[in-house]
Amino acid sequence: MNPIDKKYRYAKTGKLLIEIVPDKCDFCGCCVGVCPEDAIELKEAEIFIIDSRCTNCAKCVWSCPIEVIKFNKDGVII
Amino acid sequence: MKNEYDVVVVGSGPAGSMAARFAAEKGVSVLMLEKDRDVGYPVRCGEAISKAGVEEFIPSDEKWINARISKFSLNAPNGTECVIEFGDAGYVLERRIFDYELAKTAAKAGAEILTRAYVNGLLFSDDKVCGVKYEYRGEQKEVKAKVVIAADGVESRVGRWAGIKTYIDYRDMECCTQVTAANINANEDTLYFYFGKDVAPQGYFWVFPKGGNCANIGLGVSGIVGKKKSALSFLNEFMEQHYPGAPILTSIAGGVPSAPTLEKISAPGILIVGDAARQVNPLSGGGIASGMIGGSIGGRIAAEAIKMNKLDHILTYDKAWHDRLGKRHETFNRIKNGIYNFSDDKFNNIAHSFNKIPKDKRTLGRVFTVALINNPSLLIDVAKVFIV
Repeated sequence: MNPIDKKYRYAKTGKLLIEIVPDKCDFCGCCVGVCPEDAIELKEAEIFIIDSRCTNCAKCVWSCPIEVIKFNKDGVII
Repeated sequence: MKNEYDVVVVGSGPAGSMAARFAAEKGVSVLMLEKDRDVGYPVRCGEAISKAGVEEFIPSDEKWINARISKFSLNAPNGTECVIEFGDAGYVLERRIFDYELAKTAAKAGAEILTRAYVNGLLFSDDKVCGVKYEYRGEQKEVKAKVVIAADGVESRVGRWAGIKTYIDYRDMECCTQVTAANINANEDTLYFYFGKDVAPQGYFWVFPKGGNCANIGLGVSGIVGKKKSALSFLNEFMEQHYPGAPILTSIAGGVPSAPTLEKISAPGILIVGDAARQVNPLSGGGIASGMIGGSIGGRIAAEAIKMNKLDHILTYDKAWHDRLGKRHETFNRIKNGIYNFSDDKFNNIAHSFNKIPKDKRTLGRVFTVALINNPSLLIDVAKVFIV
């Protein structure tokens, strides 16, 4: 695929760089607890980043006990 | 189900259940909402608690006691073991049954409970919280309340929606992962703790027996450690080294807000209790007993305010908590900050010095006393813990 054709998800500060891998998630809430922007929605077994609030600060990445949230410097593609 | 209650509690863990119970016991109407299908499940906890911490709220019952604890084994990085005997001091719980029983005490007191109810917003009138919005089986609903009690755990967002800064500095978040493993040879009356940079820097590693040769094996590390190496990597290495091939019955992740209580835990129309308010002992990471205490105070004060028809009364909750445990937790937090920065050599020296003390004189207090020789500035804080 031509890089120009790629569609990225956008956060408040530009391209969204943080990705949650839902299949691996334990829904423990560490990331929600440390998020300064209230940018993570966590239900019983459903989790996602609210793109418009995320500032790519990466605190959720560092706090995830089981390496489910990743920092992708190329940006998260839709 | 009514559409208006005196008190709505968000979350049905130990803190939420005690808030619901203590409010209902005073004769006000209470609804407790739980986002998951079940009260008490999934469990995100090492499950150890002191006997006194339990019995303040519920009589001990074999059906939720997995192991009776009378010893601590503290293990230094070089393998030196310090054993401290306590007598009949604590339990390792079966939380999924324990939480259920706590919720039943709230129900018995008259509280209504609804599971699968995901709270996703607050209702306001004149800048004061007056209820919650929630999703129930795909439908968006609302319920009004004179007081909302947020017991929504480490992932708390309800307090934020009321304008209280509740998020946790990632450095204070103990990021934990744990397995419940079978075929583990450990004394069933002993809690094992391991310290040091190889097993759990700025935290500790635990092996808590669950009976029948099973044990909760896990660790917590600060988010600042997680930046370089995740809790999961530490756990996998430990299991590989100590219990290779052990069957894994459960594996979970979780977070412990390991810091003093939030500066503000009440606002007009809302109280925050339990992990959501950071009512956790920051030194041990234990939050069941302190959450129940916070919940009971919150529930009682909410009911009093409603009975007196003086809703401002709920703002006295901050001080009531501070006097009961909050102040103590500040001291524990200073000790934590001292101990968590110890080098492996220091842990080894402390363990070595401690084992020179005659066996019958080894107490947890003496561990701290020995630790002090290595870090005199902790003296004032430790003195406060044991004197006050």
